[in-house]
Amino acid sequence: MSIEETEQEITEEFELFEDWMGRYEHLIDMGKSLPMIDPKHKTEDKIIKGCQSTVWMHSELKDGKIIYTADSDAIITKGMVALMVRVLSNHTPDEIINAKLNFVEKIGLTQHLSPTRSNGLLSMIKQMKLDALVYKSQQ
Amino acid sequence: MLPTKSMSAGTFPIQKIRADFPILSRKVNGKPLIYFDNGATAQKPQAVINAITHYYTHQNANIHRGVHTLSQELTVVYENARATIQKHINAKNPHEIIFTKGTTDSINLVATSFGKKFISEGDEIIVSAMEHHSNILPWQQLCIEKGATLKVIPINESGELMLDEYKNLLTDNTKLVAITHISNVLGTINPLEQIIEWAHSRNIPVLVDGAQAVPHTIVDVQKLDADFYCFSSHKLFGPTGVGILYGKEKYLNAMPPYQVGGGTIKTVSFDKTEYADLPLKFEAGTPHIEGAIGLAAAINYINEIGLSAISQYENELLEYATRALNKIEGVKIIGTSKNKASVISFVVEAIHNFDIGTILDQLGIAVRTGHHCTQPLMQCYQIQGTVRASFAFYNTTEEIDFFIEALLKAISMLK
Repeated sequence: MSIEETEQEITEEFELFEDWMGRYEHLIDMGKSLPMIDPKHKTEDKIIKGCQSTVWMHSELKDGKIIYTADSDAIITKGMVALMVRVLSNHTPDEIINAKLNFVEKIGLTQHLSPTRSNGLLSMIKQMKLDALVYKSQQ
Repeated sequence: MLPTKSMSAGTFPIQKIRADFPILSRKVNGKPLIYFDNGATAQKPQAVINAITHYYTHQNANIHRGVHTLSQELTVVYENARATIQKHINAKNPHEIIFTKGTTDSINLVATSFGKKFISEGDEIIVSAMEHHSNILPWQQLCIEKGATLKVIPINESGELMLDEYKNLLTDNTKLVAITHISNVLGTINPLEQIIEWAHSRNIPVLVDGAQAVPHTIVDVQKLDADFYCFSSHKLFGPTGVGILYGKEKYLNAMPPYQVGGGTIKTVSFDKTEYADLPLKFEAGTPHIEGAIGLAAAINYINEIGLSAISQYENELLEYATRALNKIEGVKIIGTSKNKASVISFVVEAIHNFDIGTILDQLGIAVRTGHHCTQPLMQCYQIQGTVRASFAFYNTTEEIDFFIEALLKAISMLK
């Protein structure tokens, strides 16, 4: 599934909910189902700066595609990380670098994209794209 | 359900007061705003907004140097604002009131200027474990620069200073004690009289961070015998960007200027500059004129209601909210001193404060989450952060009911 297709799938899921509570509950559920990051990667250098909660993000290149694993100590933040991992993981560095990620706006999470927002959705996206740039430069 | 009913007990004119604050009628995320982040900044009454509008509409000029009518009229207004503040905190002289950018700026002024003159290698400065970063970092930096040592008064489990430990920290090398009046996280009201008396018995001056105290309680700097007292306008229902440093004349006169430039001088030549007397010595550049005028308007406004009535009403809110929070399973209040202002910090078992804050925001409730610029205090309690609800006199018990209901909803969603 392409990045755009996953984005479309997520947008349709969120459209099923009429109010913010449903959307947040869905986000929380996604957080709970985020695949576990290997505890050995939950180190200081894997923490994404700029989040009020702690977010660990690890990536590795496998057969030309980047696999992201992540965790957070706050469940809503974890839901946001889970969304980003679901969309971007298992794609090539080029695909990740070029992803526009319009779905964030469509599912009503735009307010979390403001640079002053302390949950760091923007920081997560930046870090994931930065990792992709690093892998691309090594190829 | 909506937060407009007056308190059933007491005669506090809550409906009239709420009508004075236009922002309280707006909605957030489709819900009536419940503003419980007063510890961060307070909302502004119409009287303050009007004073600032009036200033820009009818009074604007530069002060202290013009011969023309506008300048002279405005200089009088500005100096009257200083006198209003002097009277409000009962300072002996108007020139002991220095306009700054805020509490942080006031503390930095003292750390830099007092530090330059009075701190040297081997000296000690005392702060407490419950200080805001703004009352730690200027002293930490000064100690690094001068080779001095920062000592810390510990707190007990309830969030109160351990006074015996404080007494032991006072030595012949202690040159200053810098202490908060009211903790921005714990709400603890510190026993300043005792703290200052012990320091003064060794001729040690005391700086008080009053940022959280001035909105809630009457401050009398002469009765306290504080040597420096710092606060911000914006937490006192006035505009942002302006604050006050009160300092005893004897210290302010002995201290060198902090920033220099226009307004701070008597005469300037390339060989020698003679600096102005207090307070202008410490007010470089064109000051925050609208800020001073707005702050004076805010002080006049709260004095019309009366700070003792405000304190009493806020205590009722504090007790009401404390009782309600204590009934919720998994909620732990951080800061349980008997002597508290209307600030409640709490943690919820196994739920991150950020998640709680996010859900409450969706319900129109503004609280603060995180470490509140007190990371050393968070380390004392071994927590990452708290949720903090801080009340002002325009809040109501109905709002607290709504907040508790919202908190229960958040907990059930996040469990």
